[in-house]
Amino acid sequence: MSTFVLLTITGLGLGAMYFLVASGLSLIYGLMGVLNFAHGAFLTVGAYATWFTESKLGGISSVGLRFAVASIIGLAAGALFAAVVELVLIRPLYLRHIEQVLVTVGLSLATIALVQGIWGSDARIYETPAWFHGTTDLAGTHIPNDRWLDIGAAVLVLAGLKVFLRSTRYGLIIRAGVENRAMVTALGIDVRRAFTLVFAIGGVAAALAGILSGVYFTSVDPARGTSLLIFAFIVVVIGGLGSLTGSAVASVVVGLSQQYVNYYSTGLGDLSVVLLLALVLLVRPATLAGRTA
Amino acid sequence: MSVLLEIRDLHVHLGGSHVLQGVGFDVPEGGITALLGRNGVGKTTTLRAVLGLAPRQGSILLGGESIDREQTHRIVGRGLGYVPEDRDVFAGLTVEENLRLAVRNGGARYELVHELFPELRERAAQRAGTLSGGQQQMVAIARALLNPNRLLLIDEPTKGLAPALVSDVAHVLERVAETETALLVEQNLGVVRRLAHTIVVLDQGRVVHTGAAVDLDDEALVHRLLGVGQADGRGLDGARTAEGPASPAPERDA
Repeated sequence: MSTFVLLTITGLGLGAMYFLVASGLSLIYGLMGVLNFAHGAFLTVGAYATWFTESKLGGISSVGLRFAVASIIGLAAGALFAAVVELVLIRPLYLRHIEQVLVTVGLSLATIALVQGIWGSDARIYETPAWFHGTTDLAGTHIPNDRWLDIGAAVLVLAGLKVFLRSTRYGLIIRAGVENRAMVTALGIDVRRAFTLVFAIGGVAAALAGILSGVYFTSVDPARGTSLLIFAFIVVVIGGLGSLTGSAVASVVVGLSQQYVNYYSTGLGDLSVVLLLALVLLVRPATLAGRTA
Repeated sequence: MSVLLEIRDLHVHLGGSHVLQGVGFDVPEGGITALLGRNGVGKTTTLRAVLGLAPRQGSILLGGESIDREQTHRIVGRGLGYVPEDRDVFAGLTVEENLRLAVRNGGARYELVHELFPELRERAAQRAGTLSGGQQQMVAIARALLNPNRLLLIDEPTKGLAPALVSDVAHVLERVAETETALLVEQNLGVVRRLAHTIVVLDQGRVVHTGAAVDLDDEALVHRLLGVGQADGRGLDGARTAEGPASPAPERDA
């Protein structure tokens, strides 16, 4: 029982990271029709900006404060990088989907190469507050505290995005734009601002995933963005392109199945996720066209 | 009467087809100008080209100012309201959200809209996707009427509606035309006769006739310009009209 609880909480923590990446991917595709293969680069930029900033804040004695300040810089870097990518690379290629894919794949590879060129291929250790490395006892097992952090962050992001989409003018524009972008512009709305905003939001969420992955794995490496992006894409396809709630549910399903299968069948977790994707596509191919935010 | 919209040598290519081949006509200030023609001759494309929703070449002047290189949201910001052919309401949004999204520069005319369509006030919290076709058409028209417009582009507002609703929609457009100019695409010749002052007829991407709406009383001319069934009271899609039975939904215009 205790093992099952541990696997469940760990699976939820992993799913939380998938959701943070997938939420931005899903909104970007839903609104703009852009399959953003550079989304992992947002994660990498956020994670490395946090690590780099933290390494330069030796003057602050409190690890917690150092990590908090560095994380804020990391999130801002993710948002800024994503907004610049939209403005400079994606906007000129509006409606040219093949070119968008080529550019975003190229940017993803270039970002990895750039990070490797500057800081090398070795993993960089994250220095985090002691509480993150501790455990909490639950149902007879010791749950690593960072799992709660991941789950809490994902829940907060999901709730925040829901409130944003429901309660703000830009949220309304994004929800409408996911359904029919042309009609939004025909109402006199400059939907391109919403594009940039959605990219920035996706950049923040991806950067948060990068920071949390640094805590989860205790380090960050240049390929982290790519490895999480693969599962995030699977989550988005299973959950329905453009559907935030669908991504949240699919993240939980993917994270849990990966953990359970990994443990009970010794290392077939990743394969189980791919099989799950194939099953969903066979049974409910309509999820590919899901466009409800 | 001064000219509000001036279109000259308008060309649109879509998917390898030369849909509009040098379309040119004027929309006078005030009243309703009807854009007529069989299915697929380019009526909807003309409206979309004016709005910048279709890639176009040629000259489009609104109140003497060129809008043919402007982006859609800027053109709409000049005071264009648009009621699309297939309503295009946002199904996942409530009626109230559909209307709120359409508000430009404050000064929304909710009173006018609720006076014309009292049902929309009652259904404010209902998702637009769960409304009937007629109710969705109300939302689409209300969305355009919420702002004061210099020009309304209205694409087949009676398409697929029950006869009673056709008459209601015609009545609303009649009231709107008292204060605003409209370019109307409409298959129902009964509605066109009732509302329009001027007509423009398209055929194969070209203007083949412009004149007063009374031209539609000339059955021989109608038959020659608009094809089979005009003289016997049928709409441009072949269904009986004369503000009577609703036309079945025709194929989307090019």
